[in-house]
Amino acid sequence: MWSLIQIELYKIFRRPRTYIAFGAIAALIVVIQLGLKIDGDAYAGFLMKDINDTLTVDGKVLNGYLICYILLQLLLVHVPLLVALIAADMISGEANLGTLRLLFSTPFSRTHWVLAKFIAASIYTILLLIWLAFLALFVSMWIFGTDDLFLMKSNYVVLIEQGDVLWRYVGAFVFASFSLLTVTSLGFLMSSLSSNSIGPIVGTMSAIVFFTILSTLNIPLFNVVKPYLFTTHMNNWKEFFDIKVNLNNEAIRGSILNIPKIKTSLMVLTLHIILFVTASVIIIKKKDILS
Amino acid sequence: MQPKKYKNIVCYFLAFAFPLFLSVNLMAQTDPLIEKVSQKLAQVNDYVAEGVMKTDVAFIKASLGKVKVYFKKPNLLKVKKEGGISLLPRGGVSLTINTLLNTKQYTTIPAGNQVLNGKNLTVIKLIPTDDNLDWVISTLWIDPIEALVYKTATTTKENGSYEITMQYGEYAKQGLASKIIFSFNTKDYKLPNGITLEFGDEDPTAKQKALKNKKGTIEITYSKYTINQGIPNNIF
Repeated sequence: MWSLIQIELYKIFRRPRTYIAFGAIAALIVVIQLGLKIDGDAYAGFLMKDINDTLTVDGKVLNGYLICYILLQLLLVHVPLLVALIAADMISGEANLGTLRLLFSTPFSRTHWVLAKFIAASIYTILLLIWLAFLALFVSMWIFGTDDLFLMKSNYVVLIEQGDVLWRYVGAFVFASFSLLTVTSLGFLMSSLSSNSIGPIVGTMSAIVFFTILSTLNIPLFNVVKPYLFTTHMNNWKEFFDIKVNLNNEAIRGSILNIPKIKTSLMVLTLHIILFVTASVIIIKKKDILS
Repeated sequence: MQPKKYKNIVCYFLAFAFPLFLSVNLMAQTDPLIEKVSQKLAQVNDYVAEGVMKTDVAFIKASLGKVKVYFKKPNLLKVKKEGGISLLPRGGVSLTINTLLNTKQYTTIPAGNQVLNGKNLTVIKLIPTDDNLDWVISTLWIDPIEALVYKTATTTKENGSYEITMQYGEYAKQGLASKIIFSFNTKDYKLPNGITLEFGDEDPTAKQKALKNKKGTIEITYSKYTINQGIPNNIF
């Protein structure tokens, strides 16, 4: 199995397309970091307008932790599209080239090949996430320094002590890996249904955009289906950055406000991954390879 | 007839104008109790106080933080959180009793007595005589026996009204509080979802809480004062 994964990884990293995602993420992060480094105070001033009417905030608000949060908010919506570029091409690309028939004529079973391809695509996804984490978190920490995380949400502000932040990012990135693996598995499923690359890539991207819009709209009709959409749960990495307060309104260090929400989201995402991969295996096993 | 007329004018002056002048002059004088408080505070030229700060504002979730408070005569004051971001009422934190009284640019008006937390306190109002000062009026609740200020309510020109409640412990002899509670009015806090990118995941309880409670408090509980050891001006 490991040798199959190695072969698939070799194929992924030989294609120039693979590096588009790494380059796009690096370019976006560098541009945002540069913008915030030059004009970050004006941005922070705009965000803190309501707070500054009442309070004086003393300290380094625009630090590496906040920059990383801003970057993740912006990028974790779009990274799935970059993941789809590779994941949705894993099977259909080979079908298009006519090499799928060769693969399936080897002594290894179709299930082995499909799982090896999925694992290789998952490794690519995780590497992309590690790249994102490295640039968004560690490079931001290096450029902007560290301090408490002063998080401005829509209706309230969360101030998390700097010693209580890093583990939350670890949790958020682990959570994000489940989100992106769901996209990988969806792309994989689309890939198993087609014999050309473009269809599954566009199909996966369309599905993500479509479900994301349904998840964000606050229309009662859509609220019924929202809990079952993976896109509703993909954004819940933010729950790691909400903190409990006691009866005296003191934030409790090391706490997470809504752990059940994180658990539910992880469960829903895991179920989606299992469902999509299983469906892919079944489809490929039954598929006539005509190309 | 002429001398008698002048005599009448002098009599009128003595009867009406002089008492008026006297009363105005008395009003402009500093209340002896305020003097007593000022003398107590005058023992302290500067201090560095270590303490724990608690921020209680409806729309803010913050944990307790260790702070250092620096004060230097006449009215330099700085609150610094150790290695972190601190939130302080805008303009209000500098209006402590030391900074109010050390300016010496005020006139006092006695406003009777009130019982506060079982203590019979004398109420005195301060009105600034210098137009450039940020505050408009301040009311002080003072224990006449200990010469300690237990509460102040100050209205400022630009930053609203503040109440400061004080409790005293081992540094009461120098007029330094062991606990200070700043109370202030808060304004609404709201950021559009388009900026926070929080679509469809509002916390309704936090929203309700924010709407209910418009009063914020910041409590500083002091554990240690280092008095009259000198503080460089660049701290402030």
